[in-house]
Amino acid sequence: MSEALKVLGEHIANAQDAAVTGWSIANGELTVEIHRDRIEAVLTWLRDDPACRFTTLIDICGVDYPQRAQRFEVVYHLLSMHQNHRIRVKLSTDEETPVPTVIPVYPVADWFEREAFDMYGIVFADHPDLRRLLTDYGFEGYPLRKDFPLTGYVEVRWDEEQKRVVYEPVELVQEYRDFDFMSPWEGAKYIIPGDEKAQDGQKGG
Amino acid sequence: MADDLIETGKSERNFTINFGPQHPAAHGVLRLVLELDGEVVERVDPHIGLLHRGTEKLLEHKTYLQGIGYFDRLDYVAPMNQEHAFCMAAEKLAGITVPKRGEYVRVLYCEIGRVLNHLLNVTTQAMDVGALTPPLWGFEEREKLMVFYERASGSRMHAHYFRPGGVHQDLPMKLVEDIRAWCDQFPAKLDDIDSLLTENRIFKQRNVDIGVVTKEDVLAWGFSGVMVRGSGLAWDLRRSQPYSVYDELKFDIPVGKNGDCYDRYLCRMEEMRESVKIMIQCCDWLMKDENAGEVLATDSKFSPPRRAEMKRSMEALIQHFKLYTEGVRVEEGEVYVAVEAPKGEFGVYLVSDGSNKPYRLKIRAPGFAHLAAMDYMSKGHMLADVSAIIGSLDVVFGEIDR
Repeated sequence: MSEALKVLGEHIANAQDAAVTGWSIANGELTVEIHRDRIEAVLTWLRDDPACRFTTLIDICGVDYPQRAQRFEVVYHLLSMHQNHRIRVKLSTDEETPVPTVIPVYPVADWFEREAFDMYGIVFADHPDLRRLLTDYGFEGYPLRKDFPLTGYVEVRWDEEQKRVVYEPVELVQEYRDFDFMSPWEGAKYIIPGDEKAQDGQKGG
Repeated sequence: MADDLIETGKSERNFTINFGPQHPAAHGVLRLVLELDGEVVERVDPHIGLLHRGTEKLLEHKTYLQGIGYFDRLDYVAPMNQEHAFCMAAEKLAGITVPKRGEYVRVLYCEIGRVLNHLLNVTTQAMDVGALTPPLWGFEEREKLMVFYERASGSRMHAHYFRPGGVHQDLPMKLVEDIRAWCDQFPAKLDDIDSLLTENRIFKQRNVDIGVVTKEDVLAWGFSGVMVRGSGLAWDLRRSQPYSVYDELKFDIPVGKNGDCYDRYLCRMEEMRESVKIMIQCCDWLMKDENAGEVLATDSKFSPPRRAEMKRSMEALIQHFKLYTEGVRVEEGEVYVAVEAPKGEFGVYLVSDGSNKPYRLKIRAPGFAHLAAMDYMSKGHMLADVSAIIGSLDVVFGEIDR
């Protein structure tokens, strides 16, 4: 299986050497990284090349790495029912730079791109209808970004006096508890209260 | 119903109407904004997300074991099939092999899930086009299957039964016998539903040649599952990319011819019969004495220590505590794992940064891609056909809105 993937990876890298920046096989899956601007050409080629024939677009999704200069990765999963193999195509972008849309290649990309825009604020150039998809009407912010809090910013409730649903800032009786389970055997990065006494005792004795 | 009237300036007037979010034929909370020319649909704009709960965000804040429960709540008609995909993704990254018995129990319950799903879909599709009896008949069988869910996991729907490395507990032998007995009587019940619908004149008038999907459409719109097979492409992940123990089991892949709503209905009916065949094989395998053994990988960190062991061994107690608080650290890396869920290809794209929680988890729901093609499929159809098409798309909003 991985031998066939290796052949395929080399084939793609040779034919699209202007676009491909790297490829690897991990966990029995082929990942190809490409330049952002070439995505449409690469996917068209992957769809039509007789050795590839990735005719089905399975998924498009974003991944957020806030520490990187180009913080978003856009990941395309393709499937070939003819050759019975899969591929993952990746590119990176930041908050402003648009990614060319792939709707002309795969019409189903419409909703996947809308979802990535909704969740991460990744902009797709030439998308005919880049509206929010899953979030509420009038929602602000991009919920799947790592800097977006799990609880969000607003909550809704039915107001009996105004006879309508009103939006209010989130008020939690108790903070969401995201426990830090740093293993004590591997050394926690924080000081456990009381530990400093042991240090002092050693100095004194 | 009529929201507003659009004056196009020409002599004809287009109506825009709201379909849902509260509509019996919308299969949940779907809002369709339909643009109609008389009774012909010109444009469909599905508004989804009314059931959006941020599952993917929540999963980034939960350990792997805590995350399983969210998968029951995606496609809540066939919960365990989703759990299977997530557990397989975690297993692939952590390098766990599942004991054979665990795999058979999983496959047994995945096929129960498939029957659960198809029973609901076939019968409610009939309800969408005007028949009230099939849901009542079908739900009786669903009820029995849910009891099997309950007897295995303690819960009728949200089972949380699969674990990375197998399933939580072995099945009692009486339960396997009861499932086996159910398999014998179910085909007769299917025949009953069959006799109600398959040759029914009204049902055929509402479904034949409605929502036709060609082979080209299937590929362009990223369809999977019955939406592919109904159009004559024999594509089933259980056969073409076998996972679990599906390569050891005998079953057929029913394929349609015309790609319309009626063919998809026939495919689902036939798939239920195939599922029963698989269930029988699994039950027979599980009942053999030589196949007794573990159902959960004992050598992986994902498995809790035995209760008796915990009473005597300090290490076991520590492991138990650490497993249920800190969870397990999973190797850094990324995997995409797909299973043939009843609705189509259900995929999990898991990115791990080596901590005890997923860094990113993308859920690829089959219904999402199918509903994305709603505008394309409904164009030019009559208003009444919209509900037939939604019915045959088999949408559940738990998985589409996530």
